[in-house]
Amino acid sequence: MSAHTIGRAPRLQIDTLLNDPTIHIIVCTGAGGVGKTTTAAALGLRAAELGRNVCVLTIDPAKRLAQAMGLSELDNTPRQVPGVCSPDGSGSLFAMMLDMKRTFDEVVESHADPERAEQILNNPFYQALSSSFAGTQEYMAMEKLGQLRTRAEQEGTWDLIIVDTPPSRSALDFLDAPARLGSFLDGRFIRILTAPARGAGNALGRLAAVGFGIFTNVLTKILGTQVLADLGTFVAAIDTTFGGFRERADATYALLKDPGTSFVVVAAPERDALREAAYFVERLRTDDMPLTGLVLNRMQQVDDPDLTAEQAASGAQLLHERLSAGDAGGNDALTAALLELHAQRVLMADRQMHLADRFTAAHPGVAVASVPALAGDVHDLPGLREIGDLLAGPSTD
Amino acid sequence: MSDPLWPDVALHVVSGKGGTGKTTVAAAMALSLARDGRRVLLIEVEGRQGIAQLFDTPPLPYEERKVAVASGGGEVWALAIDAQEALLDYLETFYNLKRAGSALRKMGAVDFATTIAPGLRDVLLTGKAIEIVRRKSKGDARAYDAVVMDAPPTGRVAKFLNVNSEVSGLAKVGPIRNHADLVMGVIASPLTVVHLVTLLEEMPVQETIDGVAELRANDLPVGGIIVNMTRPPVLTDEQMVLALADALPGGEIEASLQACGLGGHVDAIVPALLHEAADHAHRVALERREMERIAELGLPTFTLPQLSGGVDLGGLYELAELLHEGGLG
Repeated sequence: MSAHTIGRAPRLQIDTLLNDPTIHIIVCTGAGGVGKTTTAAALGLRAAELGRNVCVLTIDPAKRLAQAMGLSELDNTPRQVPGVCSPDGSGSLFAMMLDMKRTFDEVVESHADPERAEQILNNPFYQALSSSFAGTQEYMAMEKLGQLRTRAEQEGTWDLIIVDTPPSRSALDFLDAPARLGSFLDGRFIRILTAPARGAGNALGRLAAVGFGIFTNVLTKILGTQVLADLGTFVAAIDTTFGGFRERADATYALLKDPGTSFVVVAAPERDALREAAYFVERLRTDDMPLTGLVLNRMQQVDDPDLTAEQAASGAQLLHERLSAGDAGGNDALTAALLELHAQRVLMADRQMHLADRFTAAHPGVAVASVPALAGDVHDLPGLREIGDLLAGPSTD
Repeated sequence: MSDPLWPDVALHVVSGKGGTGKTTVAAAMALSLARDGRRVLLIEVEGRQGIAQLFDTPPLPYEERKVAVASGGGEVWALAIDAQEALLDYLETFYNLKRAGSALRKMGAVDFATTIAPGLRDVLLTGKAIEIVRRKSKGDARAYDAVVMDAPPTGRVAKFLNVNSEVSGLAKVGPIRNHADLVMGVIASPLTVVHLVTLLEEMPVQETIDGVAELRANDLPVGGIIVNMTRPPVLTDEQMVLALADALPGGEIEASLQACGLGGHVDAIVPALLHEAADHAHRVALERREMERIAELGLPTFTLPQLSGGVDLGGLYELAELLHEGGLG
């Protein structure tokens, strides 16, 4: 199988990235259903076999992919994948699945005394926020990434963390979630909600005097008194406990911006997936995030690109005419079918290449690695290894 | 042509794993349901502007717009529901609080309700859809004959629709609870069906099977399965068996290639064709296995082809016709 060159895009040098000792975090991101988790796992395995000590953080892996990495349960702890190392015996691979609620609970438990922690954990608003609200997943993925990185630095456990991002509706959610949650929890709205709990005589008294009456009236109408009370209790507990959610969010954002972080955008050669990828590439640029390149999965392969779709189709046409004229030799029906199959594949490959070219024309300079479409899904280490080989492309030695 | 499978359904919710083409299928479904003079509204809730791109129109505002005319003179209207607008809309409709709305926006409360707490966001999005489903025009007729919603992906759709359980932790009584109950009264009723779009690949099919189980566990009404982007087998079963065993008659193929003027470089062409045939046979076998798993669900199943040129407006009508023939309506 040949590695495609996509337009004038430079080739994304996967091994250079994985071998770079200054890179400590790789974030795989992109639309849902493009093979993001598989890409993250394949990069992790390859890096470990190149001698890195790797931890792969996945969000919601397919069952069989999780099994391939030896993950049988979602227990929020990195587990070593047995039998993975480089030829000289160095390198290791750990993998974990994110348990969003557990991660949130741990944050609470590590920042509050047991009594207060229990109060928060039992609050219905906290329970809803920590287990069912989308957006929390984005935040907790980043929180877990920060935790793993801290642990890696302190204990020297991992020198590379590869994270697969949540299947956000839009790329924005993922980058913005920490800042949004932070700004909300530090924001004016929260101050007002917690004002009754703090007593009326504080510095916010003036603001409260101006709008508080109307404001609480409105909120009571919309939310109802019970919700408002729960929310107030929750916010007060969180507020006095954490004292600076925004700081945490800012730290996470800084970690993502660090030159030791590398973003890899993953896409499939389809219009929607590439549109999402383009959007993400632009967003990363705007935020000065370190984008390393694009991985283009599932590219249709053509075995003999010299035989064009037109040639194959007209050959098949001729054979059909011969068949209906009754002067067939060889195996015309089969050969016509094979030529039609070839023509279909060439057309599909052309269409995908056209889409990819449009992407690279609009984003020149973004390095691309393409991976051919495989016949089946990947569910074991040899399969992930094969993807890793394809990602790295033919050796340049 | 079959009788319509869901003649009395007012809300068709379309979900599917990312990359399966659920927006395309939702649009084709709207066109199919709008045949013969009916009026259908197509709704999107994820802020993607996928409908505008499909119908090649400018980005949709928070306002119902006509986007297409269906076969036989029906109309497809479209609406992009934005959670913030829906909240202000809700405040105005139910509490006459438009001005308070802008104050809330300034305080960051609107941002809170619609982004930080997407449980509320989901109630707002589904709530707006249900308001439209219940809306009457002249007399007692519904404003739209059907509403099609391009919903969040399969992994999230049960939670998205089950607004009751989403807000139950938050509100046991009060206005949010009442609103959620009202929404649930339509979603978990014979007025609604949830369709799932899949590809014949292992992961999307598994997600579909899990999705059906989750919908059923939540007492949400499951409609049909739409198997999208299928490619019909080019070879006969017998030929595929030979292709997999690497036993296709290379010599005969070479003779036929000579006969149709492609004899120039048979040394390269024959192995390439044989390899492609094996690859094709392998994929077809895999797809058949996945199709059997879909069939085991025992749900009405529609099969849509992969459009060779990608999806354009003409392609949408083609898919709509196939859905109609399959009994969608």
